[in-house]
Amino acid sequence: MLLTFGYGVFLSMFWLLLSGHFEPLLLGLGLASVALTIFLMKRMNILDHESFPIHLATRLPAFFAYIFREIVKANIDVIKRILTWTGKSISPQLVEIQLPQKTDLGRVIYANSITLTPGTVSVELTHDKVIVHALAKEAADDLSTGNMAQAVPDRVIDK
Amino acid sequence: MIVDALSWICLVAGGLVGVVGAVGIHRFPDFYSRQHATGTTDTLCAILILLGLGLQAGISLAAFKIALIFLFLILTSPTATHALANAAMHGGLKPKTDSTPGEGKS
Amino acid sequence: MYITASIAILVTLGLVLARALMGPTVYDRIAAINMFGTKIVLLIAVFSFLSGQQDLLDIALVYALINFIGVVAVLRLVAYGDFHSSGEENKK
Repeated sequence: MLLTFGYGVFLSMFWLLLSGHFEPLLLGLGLASVALTIFLMKRMNILDHESFPIHLATRLPAFFAYIFREIVKANIDVIKRILTWTGKSISPQLVEIQLPQKTDLGRVIYANSITLTPGTVSVELTHDKVIVHALAKEAADDLSTGNMAQAVPDRVIDK
Repeated sequence: MIVDALSWICLVAGGLVGVVGAVGIHRFPDFYSRQHATGTTDTLCAILILLGLGLQAGISLAAFKIALIFLFLILTSPTATHALANAAMHGGLKPKTDSTPGEGKS
Repeated sequence: MYITASIAILVTLGLVLARALMGPTVYDRIAAINMFGTKIVLLIAVFSFLSGQQDLLDIALVYALINFIGVVAVLRLVAYGDFHSSGEENKK
């Protein structure tokens, strides 16, 4: 119930910021569409902690700061490899990485973070491991140290 | 004034990163390594250009919309890239690899 | 400065389009089109500042979403041959 209410508030703020109008008609339309969205999500049974991960909110800023730094570092590496390309500056390879996360959401966030940093792309995601295509050996080694896996927000909610 | 200079730097650097990434998708030899060049432009180029625009917008509705565009790009681009790589792998496209000489040659 | 950024994005678009036309496999073409869409979103955003019409940012927003859905839809078409199969029967 708290989750539904929070989602309603979130959607209403979203509507207000996107429209930027405050006439009664548009506010009424916004309210109607928020109600319709929540009704449909309730009916489809997809309004839960996975679609609206508010329980991770406290961990997200630190994670964004970390992933942003990683993106910039990895980008500089890939750009160097593109500019100094002679045919052997890359050593593409497939590696298997174990997934230490306990929840599905954590696993998905981890796989997406791997893809988001250039130099590594997650090719296949199974329940306990992810197959990664790495552009260079250094990127693969960097990943298998598990630094990124620890930064990913992952919290089990008691049902 | 200093904000103008900063957004100049961001926009030009973003454009350059984009061009380098586009060069990358011509230079790299196979599909999977090209994905990395695509990733470069999807992330750093978008970050820099949208940051440059956001600095110009200041605190306004436009800045919020730019942040929203950034959020959508950051959320959807890894999903699309993963779906592509996964589909290519299931479609039987073998990556050229250095580590496993037995299965790599396509 | 917006013009400089626009020109850089346009050069990128040209190179990406060349890859989409050349691309040896169909996945190369889809990847190039995906990147093309991302760059178009950035171009629309830059153009909205260049022309001073900030309403165009809404269009960029919608384009970002449609681009993603479009790529996934094309991938389904390539993988399964149609848009309506559940995909379960092809999974191993």
